Amino acid sequence: MKKENTVIVVLAVLAAVIAATWLMLAAPAMTGNEINMTRGVTSLSESHYSLHMVVLWVCVIIGIGVFTVMFTSIVLHRKSRGHKAATFSHSTTAEIIWTVIPVLILVALAVPATSALIKMEDSSGAEMTVKITGFQWRWKYEYLDHDISFISALDAASNQARQLNSGIEPESVENYLLDVDHPLVLPIGKKIKFLITADDVIHSWWVPALGWKRDAIPGFINEAWANIDEPGIYRGQCAELCGKDHGFMPIVVEAMSQTDFDAWTRQQLADSQDQQQQTERLWTRQELMQHGEAVYANTCASCHQPEGQGLTPAFPALAGSKIATGPVDAHIDIVMNGRAGTAMSAWREILSETDIAAALTYTRNAFGNDTGDVVQPLTIASIKRQAGKRQNTEQETAP
Amino acid sequence: MSDITHTDLDHAADAHDDHDHKPKGFLNRWLFTTNHKDIGTLYLILSLTAFMVGGFMAMIIRAELFMPGLQLVEPDFFNQMTTMHALIMVFGAVMPAWVGFANWLIPMMVGAPDMALPRMNNWSFWILPFAFTMLLSTLFMDSGGPAAGWTLYPPLVLQTGTSLAFVVFAIHMMGISSIMGSINIIATILNMRAPGMTLLRMPMFVWTWLITAFLLIAVMPVLAGAVTMLLTDHFFSTNFFNAAGGGDPVMFQHIFWFFGHPEVYILILPAFGVISEILPTFSRKPLFGYGSMVYATGTIAFLSFIVWAHHMFTVGMPLQGELFFMYATMLISVPTGVKVFNWISTMWKGSMTFETPMLFAIGFVVLFTIGGFSGLMLAITAADFQYHDTYFVVAHFHYVLVPGSIFALMAATYYWLPKFTGNMYSEKWGKIHFWLSTIFVNVLFFPQHYLGLAGMPRRIPDYSPQFADFNMISSIGGFAFGATQLIFVGVILHCVFRSKVKATGQVWEGARGLEWTLPSPPPYHSWTTPPVVTHNLVRHAE
Repeated sequence: MKKENTVIVVLAVLAAVIAATWLMLAAPAMTGNEINMTRGVTSLSESHYSLHMVVLWVCVIIGIGVFTVMFTSIVLHRKSRGHKAATFSHSTTAEIIWTVIPVLILVALAVPATSALIKMEDSSGAEMTVKITGFQWRWKYEYLDHDISFISALDAASNQARQLNSGIEPESVENYLLDVDHPLVLPIGKKIKFLITADDVIHSWWVPALGWKRDAIPGFINEAWANIDEPGIYRGQCAELCGKDHGFMPIVVEAMSQTDFDAWTRQQLADSQDQQQQTERLWTRQELMQHGEAVYANTCASCHQPEGQGLTPAFPALAGSKIATGPVDAHIDIVMNGRAGTAMSAWREILSETDIAAALTYTRNAFGNDTGDVVQPLTIASIKRQAGKRQNTEQETAP
Repeated sequence: MSDITHTDLDHAADAHDDHDHKPKGFLNRWLFTTNHKDIGTLYLILSLTAFMVGGFMAMIIRAELFMPGLQLVEPDFFNQMTTMHALIMVFGAVMPAWVGFANWLIPMMVGAPDMALPRMNNWSFWILPFAFTMLLSTLFMDSGGPAAGWTLYPPLVLQTGTSLAFVVFAIHMMGISSIMGSINIIATILNMRAPGMTLLRMPMFVWTWLITAFLLIAVMPVLAGAVTMLLTDHFFSTNFFNAAGGGDPVMFQHIFWFFGHPEVYILILPAFGVISEILPTFSRKPLFGYGSMVYATGTIAFLSFIVWAHHMFTVGMPLQGELFFMYATMLISVPTGVKVFNWISTMWKGSMTFETPMLFAIGFVVLFTIGGFSGLMLAITAADFQYHDTYFVVAHFHYVLVPGSIFALMAATYYWLPKFTGNMYSEKWGKIHFWLSTIFVNVLFFPQHYLGLAGMPRRIPDYSPQFADFNMISSIGGFAFGATQLIFVGVILHCVFRSKVKATGQVWEGARGLEWTLPSPPPYHSWTTPPVVTHNLVRHAE
């Protein structure tokens, strides 16, 4: 074959490979969909984004080279064009070259990859700390420096729409599956340390705009950090399969200026004093039933079903159940401490004393259950205090 | 045939009359068989069946993900589908398919009359249908099938009901089968090679399987141990993985991935072998760099033991650990790159024709390389804190497994089926199968890269509407890819039962190696007298 022909073929194949690469990597962006990793709003997310782009480009360039050679060969070296097969079967020089060059490329990649990793793992010098605990299927946030803590779960609108054949268009729900009842509120411009753990199974706390995810593992406390540059609302999701509602435990971070954040913390403290007062007063049966119905609908109904009929096999019925109509102490124990080896979580830390008392009162007197029992928030509070004391004595007496 | 001495030819001629030696009766022939070809056939039938079952589960998954909102199945059943799809595809489709080809080919390729341990071979196979029946039966149990993902991470998996015991025992049985199969393969390759078939004359498929078999023996007991600990944690109150009882949930992940990473090479190394057989045949040129191919395979196998924690970068390892596993993982791209470069050099200046096996082999090289690139990206630990557990990972491993392992299996099917059956398949339908598969596998999996980068986690049954477009495209690709595989089944059935075009012994003009010197189909007992292998017979230079 003539030399010019080869050059033309190579150029044509190169153009075709570049066009195909562009079609796969860049063209889909024109549909208006997000197709690339977010740059995010922290120095970590920015460094992970640039690392991602560097490796992507290295791969794209190597790919274009390799595929151009390959398809040039496919065009030129075919029997139907009368090409006679060569007989060579190895070349030590070539093999050394394509071993050494990739090693050099890898070393070059390893340098920025190493420094990014070192930076991410250095959570020293943090100015505030938030403890994050994963539960099936909600998050608990504790501001260790502010004595604030709350539970954050999927918002009610998404929760309704996401039921099987709910008849509600997901598009009609704002931020479908990515909205929560209580967002995690954080100040900007501050190095925040996160202590991440879980209470039941493994979860993973991920907000792409912060640049990382960390597994939340029962019995372990993982560290991570972020320093958010811009105020805004950043959304994420649990990233580790954690059971049936894994897809329904989103994360929302609301980043605001220090002044706004301070105002928010004051409001939270005031609210929690209110709540304290609510726990300490005596509730009427009617109040408890009313509040209990709401707690049940938000918290219990997704497993035990709206009418307490349960969902076999994993989620037993409450209507007429031995627990919900039996001795009240055993019922309190299961709700507060969960049942090992089943999907029943321990609600002690997730729900307030008032919520637990109300839910217990409600389930013991609804769906045809007729115990007449009333469980007061104070009862739950005293059980909780005793359990806390017992735990402390055990720790002190342990060798 | 000039490579075989005259005495051997005489014996080969005797062997032609061996058709009569097949056992009489259906049960005798298939249930009690000790013949490597029949057992190979059984494995391949099981594998194709499992491929269809696992594929059907994938269709359910893609149908639910077709648009946002839950339309078809409850989340818990969705999780059972993703879990079972993976278990069935890994343990039921890909692994038995490779063992099936090993059974058929290794004795014919090394000049052995059968596998070294034929009765054990029977047992290795017949355990499997029972294991899979047991595994699938969990879907019909009150407590439902396993729904914690194929990785079976505790504590979540311990929330499975009694069906967990059936899953664990099924995995035990598959492990026993794999170990026995591997012992058989190693014993056959090391002891039963014909005179002159030195180790460095062996076909690449034999080499890759030898190394795969060692990997299997090394890691299947590890998996068995891990799932046994799950069993005792669940049913006998042990606390191996329960933090509240002094156990460690992360330890399971370390043990699982010590099995799991070599496992992914168990799925892909025989594919490397097949591609190294097919490309030289249709390029009419020897395999480039045979020696470095063997060493690259060995290196990959070694490295596969020291990279496991890259599956779990986000669990909170010490920095030094993360750095080690990052460097080791990046290193894998070097021997893998050598393989790709060698394949392209094999094609370079060849005299290529593009029959269906060659098309699938070329498709493999291109698409596996794309899967390799995303693998290199995932190796970069800091960036992995974004990629991890997203659809980017789903796209990555499906690229290396579907247009990787499964394309290689299809290439192997088209390449050797005429040898096995004596009939040619329909080239036209084979090519239609290739082109539709290649187009739709990309429509199916490429958009999943975008989904992952844009922030969609894996293993969720429902998603935010911002992910709707690419999920719909991916689902359409999935349905079309699934339907295309019915063509594959049709082509195979046609070739086996209906095809009128007889295959020659040589089948492919450029094919070299012992199996092609046998007639098509080969006699029931081949190489009852070992052939003498000379230099000319092997496709690669020494």
